[in-house]
Amino acid sequence: MTDRQRVLSILERDARATTAAIARQTDLSESAVETAITELEADGVIVGYRPVVDNDERETERVRAVVELDVRLDRETGYGDVADRIASFPEVAALRLVSGDYDLLLEVEGESMSEVSSFVSEKVARLSAVTNTVSHYVMDTHVEAGVVFDEPDDDDRRSVTP
Amino acid sequence: MTIEPSARVDRVPPSGIRRFFELAEARDDVISLGVGEPDGSAPWAAREAAISALERGRTSYTANRGRADLREAIATDSGQRRAVRHDPDEEVLVTAGASEGIDLACRALVDPGDRVAIAQPTYVSYVPAVEFAGGEVCSVPTRPEDGFALTREALAAAGAETADHLLYCDPNNPTGARMTDDQLRGVAAFARDHDLTVLADEIYAELVYDGDHTSIASLPGMRDRTVVFDGFSKAYAMTGMRLGYALAPPEATTAMNRIHQYTMLSAPTTAQAAAIEALEHCDDATADARERYERRRNVLVARLDEMGIDCPRPRGAFYAFPEAPGGDAAAFAETLLEEAGVAVVPGDVFGLGGEGHLRVSYATGLDTLRTALDRLERFLDETW
Repeated sequence: MTDRQRVLSILERDARATTAAIARQTDLSESAVETAITELEADGVIVGYRPVVDNDERETERVRAVVELDVRLDRETGYGDVADRIASFPEVAALRLVSGDYDLLLEVEGESMSEVSSFVSEKVARLSAVTNTVSHYVMDTHVEAGVVFDEPDDDDRRSVTP
Repeated sequence: MTIEPSARVDRVPPSGIRRFFELAEARDDVISLGVGEPDGSAPWAAREAAISALERGRTSYTANRGRADLREAIATDSGQRRAVRHDPDEEVLVTAGASEGIDLACRALVDPGDRVAIAQPTYVSYVPAVEFAGGEVCSVPTRPEDGFALTREALAAAGAETADHLLYCDPNNPTGARMTDDQLRGVAAFARDHDLTVLADEIYAELVYDGDHTSIASLPGMRDRTVVFDGFSKAYAMTGMRLGYALAPPEATTAMNRIHQYTMLSAPTTAQAAAIEALEHCDDATADARERYERRRNVLVARLDEMGIDCPRPRGAFYAFPEAPGGDAAAFAETLLEEAGVAVVPGDVFGLGGEGHLRVSYATGLDTLRTALDRLERFLDETW
């Protein structure tokens, strides 16, 4: 593994790990870690740092829906163009082109179901390239960004063993 | 009447680990760096395979030597990792943990009065296994200057040339030591020159840092005088499933299987199902675990160094073996537990050469490890 990969693999687990902590864990110098992070950011490998939030535990309500989108392309309009138009709305949490029965998979987040549904029906469904939408409201989240929610933290090992 | 233990059992003392376990259990705020098994569970795919085997009613014995497809998978995996091939039908024996394999080898290969050289400090079960088998232990202390790795010079200094067998663990519990290829070649030459069979416990072979592990069985002239022990406990966090294996020439596995077929019949069936899955689909989990341990090792070694504690750099397993500040390891460990709530194990529990040192396990999460190290640092500043 390269230094960059080692640094990235720690940040993927804990984006708040300090340069000093990463240096300790990887046995690299702090300046080497800083260089690796700067390069990862400059090269567009790391594009942001966000907390993983359990929406059920936050103080204000947050509703999330996963929306399947069917798209009709024409001579002037490609998937990228449709995606660009949708991506700019602040309600969009994620947007991916996928294989299978539909084309784009959109994740929308809002403060209420009505906010999310009006965004889908008024902003997304009205785009001329979008021919169909199917919305799935998230009822419970078990894993987000690889973090298992409500995982029991029970270490049942005996305290001292050979 | 009272039931008396046999003389054979009576002369073997109970494990010195036990006392520290009881001291640690008596408190409820203890951070334990005394644990000799991985943190976390076996990979889900392996657990799921065990569940599925149970669902399908696979609850009977297997062949004495273990399921044929498991032995095949073991032979393939080991052949790739060790660069030496063992025949799945004649040279692989699946056991209830590597521990059973070590016990079988001692009973099947050691005659009463045979001398067994044991590199120390090391895992607590080797000396009893040899003594239960009627063998004589020849202790071979390893040296801090060598990072506690076994060397040809240490064997010579301990008079091991008159021994019949050599038993060691590499990478080693409790020291985290791993022989360099030069040291390993020296030990192999010693075994050939003095005609020793080698019992090599390689249970930690997949958890190594700073380079790859070399198995002694892969060196010239060694395959046919070596029994290798390995298993799923450490690489796949499957300690409680009790599954290991021995790799050895047919004469040795046949002798070991003679005892195994009468006393164990076969290794746990459910665990065998999990083991096949582990070998075939869980390499990523092992690679992740290795990276995790390596990061913790780096943090641990750096912090101990900053505290002025001398510690050979561990090259495998998940233990460090630093000097006990002040020299009296038992007193240090007891006071540390009492005053700072951190459990470590004094090195003398692991045999000659371990005195004055502490086994510090880093099979614990980085945050917990950091808290324990903070407590240790404060303890050194304020109490010790």
